Amino acid sequence: MPETHAAAYDSKIEGNVIFTRFDAALNWVRKNSLWPMPMGLACCAIELMAAAASRFDIARFGAEVMRFSPRQCDVMIVAGTVTYKMALAVKRIYEQMPEPKWVIAMGACASTGGMYRSYAVLQGIDQLLPVDVYISGCPPRPEALLAGLMKLQEKISREPSFRNQKPELAEKLEEALG
Amino acid sequence: MTTEELLESVRQAFGAKIQRQAEFRGETTCTIAANDLRDIAKFCRDELLFDYLIDITSIDDFGEEPRFEIVYHLYSMPHAVHLRLKLKVPEDAGAVDTVLDLWPTANWHEREIYDMMGIRFNGHPDLRRILMWDGYPFFPLRKDFPLEGLASEMPDVAFTKVTPLEGGPFVTLPSTATSKDREPRAHPPEL
Repeated sequence: MPETHAAAYDSKIEGNVIFTRFDAALNWVRKNSLWPMPMGLACCAIELMAAAASRFDIARFGAEVMRFSPRQCDVMIVAGTVTYKMALAVKRIYEQMPEPKWVIAMGACASTGGMYRSYAVLQGIDQLLPVDVYISGCPPRPEALLAGLMKLQEKISREPSFRNQKPELAEKLEEALG
Repeated sequence: MTTEELLESVRQAFGAKIQRQAEFRGETTCTIAANDLRDIAKFCRDELLFDYLIDITSIDDFGEEPRFEIVYHLYSMPHAVHLRLKLKVPEDAGAVDTVLDLWPTANWHEREIYDMMGIRFNGHPDLRRILMWDGYPFFPLRKDFPLEGLASEMPDVAFTKVTPLEGGPFVTLPSTATSKDREPRAHPPEL
């Protein structure tokens, strides 16, 4: 967790000011509002829906806004068997998502091809996309998806977001600050 | 009409063209020549009221000649009777007349057979692949096609790779036991 301190001086804004790193603040904003792209391809999508429903309520983690337009999404949840016929469509949707973006491979099929060792099935979506979190299970229960989401949030909170996004500016700043 | 009466009328109409006739659990299978398919199918539909084409399946008898078999599963709603028409297709001829004008549902069935087995249908207006993508170079349900697949590449359309099968769920070991020993439930006593 990023460290925060109350402002040390006495003024009218005391208590409303916190000091933190820019990355920590940015990551905190990002990780608590992950809009998922529900790439539901098989039975995992049913568990994905259950995770969004009232009993498990993915809204508690700020990820309830399932968007069916990739242009509004942060995290693609690949839920199900990716056939070769579907693979390039999944990749195309991923490419339409704006940066920064993450991928969760939900379930055995999306992670490794699962039980489908056959000519028609891509053996893991990580052959096409950079996967951040793999979730085991066939299909995983909604709790597992939520655990995966929390893992992703942890991962996001460790990211050097500013440097990733503006490498030249970050370098200049570091030089200036010595 | 009962099954026997229906079969009798088929025999009267076509006689020797019914090469072989077998019955199993009250359902009849007639083996016919590929050339006679349209005549017999039309007769079955119009005269005997087999108005429902349940399915068309294909079998690869790899190593035998002729190589392929196609099976038409017919059902008559008015008579409540099943009938199967079976025909052999050699690999080099590789084409059967379509029955799409008799039963429109044959459209996608024939496309699937073309996609999976590579058997072509004469007179089909739209014989494209249906499960795999246009341009996929193989016919995956043929016996000489490996389960793990073959690598293929169509840039920006699709690609396939060979699947690693070690430790997988469908890996079988060669065995000298007969299929009756290995798969007892596939061989009920009456067979």
